[in-house]
Amino acid sequence: MRTTFVDTTAALLDDDPRTALVLADISASAFAPAARRHPDRVLNVGIREQLMIGVAGGLALTGLRPIVHSYATFLVDRAYEQIKLDLGHQGVGAVLVSIGGSYDGSREGRTHMSPGDVALFDSLGEGWRVHAPGHPDEVPPLLRAAARDDDRVYLRLTERRNGAGYPDADRLRVLRRGGEQAPLVVAVGPTLDATLAATRGRDVTVAYTHTPRPFDTAGLRALAGTEVVLVEPYLAGTSAAVIGRALADRPHRLLALGVGDTELRRYGDPEDHERWHGLDAAGLRRSLDAFLA
Amino acid sequence: MATITSTGGAQVLAPLLRRITGDEKHGPSAHSTIDVLWVLYDRVLRVTPQTVDAPDRDRFLLSKGHGPAAYYAVLAAKGFIPEGWLDDLAGPGSRLGHHPDRMLVPGVEIGTGSLGHGLGLGVGTALGLRAQGLTDPRVYVLTGDAELDEGSNHEAIAYAGATGLDTLTAVVVDNDSASHGWPGGIAARFTVNGWTADTVDGRDHAALYAALTNHHPGRPHVVVARVESKG
Repeated sequence: MRTTFVDTTAALLDDDPRTALVLADISASAFAPAARRHPDRVLNVGIREQLMIGVAGGLALTGLRPIVHSYATFLVDRAYEQIKLDLGHQGVGAVLVSIGGSYDGSREGRTHMSPGDVALFDSLGEGWRVHAPGHPDEVPPLLRAAARDDDRVYLRLTERRNGAGYPDADRLRVLRRGGEQAPLVVAVGPTLDATLAATRGRDVTVAYTHTPRPFDTAGLRALAGTEVVLVEPYLAGTSAAVIGRALADRPHRLLALGVGDTELRRYGDPEDHERWHGLDAAGLRRSLDAFLA
Repeated sequence: MATITSTGGAQVLAPLLRRITGDEKHGPSAHSTIDVLWVLYDRVLRVTPQTVDAPDRDRFLLSKGHGPAAYYAVLAAKGFIPEGWLDDLAGPGSRLGHHPDRMLVPGVEIGTGSLGHGLGLGVGTALGLRAQGLTDPRVYVLTGDAELDEGSNHEAIAYAGATGLDTLTAVVVDNDSASHGWPGGIAARFTVNGWTADTVDGRDHAALYAALTNHHPGRPHVVVARVESKG
């Protein structure tokens, strides 16, 4: 996904003089050719994440469209107040593109993880659009669309990927249809393949989206019966409030799965963390069976 | 000392400040930033109420955000906002709060209040103008000496110096209010990073004007404007 992001951003810098890129050393070498072609619009501020967002805010105030990139924990957690004030409060936007969100950096440890990033954007309440693609093919159209407007956009990239991409899944896309009133399982981004494997042979409807904000609440209401299961690749329960509001007028039960909120203090591979958080197929199946029993 | 009372600025500003603060006792000099703001808007900045959205205008970014009465008085004196707005500071229907909001006040370039955000936004503004071929407009960012405690400023100072961002001028109004001071001086924090610097009497309009226009190609500039200690 990072390669796709680099290629698409480089093309945007070539094609649209409004596009600018702000880096804080992360991925700077990958963007070196683009920086040579556009030295005024590819800006590496060094290891200075507060400045990275401040610069993006300033660029946007002059009418440019900044793309800002780093690890999620440095881009979002560390620079949270800059995101709130240098973008939202100033009434300007940017495209923030992160890598390593939940546990891609499992071998680096907690310092390189940010499972709470999407929840942080929810706390800002300033119309942030959030994309969490599950396949590299979904990245270019999302990034190109984001570069065209002036909205506040968060694009959360990961090394985890599904077997197939669904670029048009900004709204809930049904990938498996169960019987009438069958439980609805919503998979966000890279959780799709494990969700499909976990629900094989079960009478459930599985819907997919790479865009949790704004959440497709109309699609949700059209598909949901009484039981709803949400599988998200970031902090468990991040979208529970959105779904609760969308279904407030209906009796329903919600199981919200995702990355646990306890620091594991373990290294290992992303696959290990997926298992420890119950987000592999076996773990999801256990949770689903307990919920639906 | 050539104070504001000798320039005519005081006659314009004193009644406006009284409308904001309701304070009949203290003159304009009770406000640490008033002289810098007056010299900037009266003689330096190429921006008018008619050009607040012009791409090639000069930018003034009040990073400090605190105690904006002087800023509002100058904006009213120069016609950016109606004088009537001054009478209801931070009231429920007021567009003027204890910290300014760019979305509510014409001519205000950034909303501030939380310290240490203006220099980063100023660096980005200068870079954005340069990327669009607008090399003439200058970007002025006003901070306080205590505000410099925030580490975010030092990210901006180091980067602007390293990249020779010469359309940027920082103004540090120094009323000696930083809890732990700045041993070795404020200007040194900038010059060690490649900035040019002038340290002047923050009440002396001629000295302020000279310093605020004393920038040089290839380097950002800082003006340290010393005023009375906050005590």
